Amino acid sequence: MAKTRSTRLAEVIRQHEQEILTDWVALQKDSIATRRDLMNEPELKRQSQDFLNSFMAASEGGNDDIHSPAWHPVLELIGRICETRAVQGFSPGETATFVFSLKRPIFTHLRKSVPDAVAVADEIWTATLMLDALGLYATEVYQKSREGVITRQQQELLELSTPVVTLWQGILALPLIGTLDSARTQVVMENLLQRIVDTGSLIAILDITGVPTVDTLVAQHLLKTIAAARLMGADCIISGIRPQIAQTIVHLGVDLNTVTTKATLADAFAIALKRTGLMVTKAPRAGGSSGPMAPTAEV
Amino acid sequence: MERIPILKMGNYLLVSIQVDMHDQLALQLQDDLTSRIVATGVHGVLIDISALEMVDSFIGRMLANIASMSRILDAQTVVVGMRPAVAITLVELGLSLPGVRTALDVERGMELLSATVDAAERDDDFSLR
Repeated sequence: MAKTRSTRLAEVIRQHEQEILTDWVALQKDSIATRRDLMNEPELKRQSQDFLNSFMAASEGGNDDIHSPAWHPVLELIGRICETRAVQGFSPGETATFVFSLKRPIFTHLRKSVPDAVAVADEIWTATLMLDALGLYATEVYQKSREGVITRQQQELLELSTPVVTLWQGILALPLIGTLDSARTQVVMENLLQRIVDTGSLIAILDITGVPTVDTLVAQHLLKTIAAARLMGADCIISGIRPQIAQTIVHLGVDLNTVTTKATLADAFAIALKRTGLMVTKAPRAGGSSGPMAPTAEV
Repeated sequence: MERIPILKMGNYLLVSIQVDMHDQLALQLQDDLTSRIVATGVHGVLIDISALEMVDSFIGRMLANIASMSRILDAQTVVVGMRPAVAITLVELGLSLPGVRTALDVERGMELLSATVDAAERDDDFSLR
């Protein structure tokens, strides 16, 4: 029974295709008036044309269920459009309007073409159901692709936030910024250990200047990292301990006696140089071609 | 039966674990190494585990035990070349092997070994005087 209705809808769209398209694009132009920077008119028109064509083709099949195979091309097209829009920075409302704004032109033409009031109501109801489902699907796709962006950014942030830098040959520094949770400690540990192997470093400086709070859990994570580095044959120095953090560590009863700790990264670097048999000397004033304060091997 | 070879190099014993350790092999190594230390009278042992890819708590404890036993027999022990994954596993297992000396590779391990053996011998000379 749905067959006749849907075919009628497709028929109406086919007959008035150009008019519907023009009306629809005009409506959308209003709604995206503030978004000129993100999308131009020809592109909008092309997208609308594609959508209308596939919508028509699908509704000709007479199946109202948008998850049936006949509708797959439409869903695919919506998926593509919404993904691009999510990346371009459209709001969810603006993205959903793309589908919902098609209602008005279609309804207008249905009213004109179908004389019987009951039949019009039926047609409009079917069209509403389909377009609502498609609109919801559009929002869903938009949401999913936004979530994808967030997840990717989180991952990137995690990787970016744990850089291992080489301060000098054989000396690594790990400036830790932000809260240390288990997941991050794991990444930090893996990065550090891998770099120790790659560079053959003997000393790693963990700088916790950017760690806002140190509780027992964070301290335990730090100690784990240090223990793992030690097992591989590298020594760790903790630096950048702020006064409050020193107080907290002692109050919590965390035992950092086995670890070398320094107040600043500079102090830690100095002791690291000393341990590797290097020292910092002042460059000779006249004709000194080497850079100032270049560490040189002790003779 | 397969065994892990123990090589004598100068004043040190060199153990290179090139196969996956299983429990029997570890026990065998413990026996062999202690008897070799006594037989040769060396003062330093270097254990290279750079080829060891997997450890469990038993193997981890065996490593710690072997190091402690060598020390009792007056031989300094250095474990070298532990892989990152192995180090993380041991730490997660709660086996951070306190008292075991470690180095990044065989070369650095040898340096560390000769330094510690020299220091230990100096201490002995001093106490004898």
